[in-house]
Amino acid sequence: MTPVLAIKNASLAFGERTLWSNLNLEIKPQEFIAVIGANGSGKTTLLKAILGQEKLSQGEIEINGKAARSGSTSIGYIPQHRTIDSSTPMRAKDMLRLGVDGHKFGFPFSSRESNKKVQHILGCVDAFDLADKRVGELSGGELQRLRVGQAVIDEPDLILADEPLSALDLAQQKVIAELLDQERRDHNAAVIFVTHDVNPILSMVDRVLYLANGKFRIGTPDEVLRSEVLSELYGTPVDVVRNQGRILVVGTQDHDHHDHEDWH
Amino acid sequence: MTLFDFSDYAELIPLVQNSLIAGLLLGLVGGLIGVFVMTRDMSFAVHGISELSFAGAAFALLLGFNVVGGSIVGSLVAAAIIGYLGAKAKDRNSIVAVLMPAGLGLGILALALYEGRAANKFGLLTGQIVAVDDPQLFWLIAICSVVLVTLLVIWRPLTFASVDVEVAAARGVPTRALSTVFMLLLGLAVAASVQIVGALLVLSLLVTPAAAALRVSKSPVVTPVLSVAFAVTSVIGGILLALGAGLPISPYVTTISFLIYVICRVIEKVKK
Repeated sequence: MTPVLAIKNASLAFGERTLWSNLNLEIKPQEFIAVIGANGSGKTTLLKAILGQEKLSQGEIEINGKAARSGSTSIGYIPQHRTIDSSTPMRAKDMLRLGVDGHKFGFPFSSRESNKKVQHILGCVDAFDLADKRVGELSGGELQRLRVGQAVIDEPDLILADEPLSALDLAQQKVIAELLDQERRDHNAAVIFVTHDVNPILSMVDRVLYLANGKFRIGTPDEVLRSEVLSELYGTPVDVVRNQGRILVVGTQDHDHHDHEDWH
Repeated sequence: MTLFDFSDYAELIPLVQNSLIAGLLLGLVGGLIGVFVMTRDMSFAVHGISELSFAGAAFALLLGFNVVGGSIVGSLVAAAIIGYLGAKAKDRNSIVAVLMPAGLGLGILALALYEGRAANKFGLLTGQIVAVDDPQLFWLIAICSVVLVTLLVIWRPLTFASVDVEVAAARGVPTRALSTVFMLLLGLAVAASVQIVGALLVLSLLVTPAAAALRVSKSPVVTPVLSVAFAVTSVIGGILLALGAGLPISPYVTTISFLIYVICRVIEKVKK
């Protein structure tokens, strides 16, 4: 079977600084990959490379066997939560519709087909009661729910999510993570999920790609999220502590914030 | 002196036929582009562009070139500078604040040196008395058509990019190119508006109607339609009311536009 995404011997460097090199990764349909790493380790840049917005220094990225290019309709994208200006003339259902035809030039007539898709997705993400609300008035959780819907509405094979849970409270994180998990199963999509905290998605993750210091490790959470593996990756002693099904990485400068975020 | 005088109305109407056509087009363009000016948070930029447009027009007047052409050049230069240097809202505001007095100052210099009719001078700043001649109308029709057609063609991707630039880019929307195109369209729309309401009052056509529409509608279809209706009502109403009194049209246009805004705010308040 053709992998949804194939990253072949990829390297990305800005001048002297190498974000990662010799990265090889094949993602099967429906696989859920978490990309974890410090700020500046190249997580978002990896997504940009997959989106065809960033050129690799070396290697190739293929989506469904074809070279990655900007504007691929095989990809759905979920961004970090950011509020939308309250004066924007747009309702929740209009935002979903952008996922169907927002990228199309030409006179803006809406089709019956896209109306049907919007109604369908409103049901999927349980947002019928939000449909006519102004997007600027939605809560963070509501907006992210719609963004999950917007990402799957055009039936992508691959969903890229860039810290979609940040700025949400724990209860909302759980709701959005489970919704994303459900939707990618229903719509048969693989997921690449960039995050600094693996805990909200730990139960759904098949493999972890851990980036640090220009190096990386790929494997199941149990293979990668271990003290000796991460110590080697960081080149300094790192402790991975497990408590009540949650994972805490201690000893890396960039993971200090886990002390606040993970123990509740 | 009267503010309203309709005694010779029937004879006056044909004289302003050109102005009415121009007003209709400007209302259409201003109402539509205004919605994006609001969602992209560019009200202040519109004001900045209009001052440079005024400078361009003033120099054209002084040197004997086509005034509309001068106005367009000024507008496009301003739009290009603001678009290039002011990608972020914060940078943009300071750049506009720097450009605005510079443009206005140059424009005033050009007008001070100009020895022609005084009415021409003030027209650029505060609007015409109702005199759109045939060549001027031709220019306005050309500019407005370009803006309208382009705006409709890029409507959806521009909306996408204005609301959620990251997601739009991920879907392949050329967000940077679109924002450049939008700035150029905005420049053209401003240059056209300057001809009728004057540089100081452009906001009443390019911002107020859209701001009013946003108060009473959240639909991406109804909002631009209302905005156009408000803008057209303001310009056409302003021209017709000003006609009898022989005063500049701009105070009438701005007042109608402002009243519509106030009414919309009241309606919004009552609905909640």
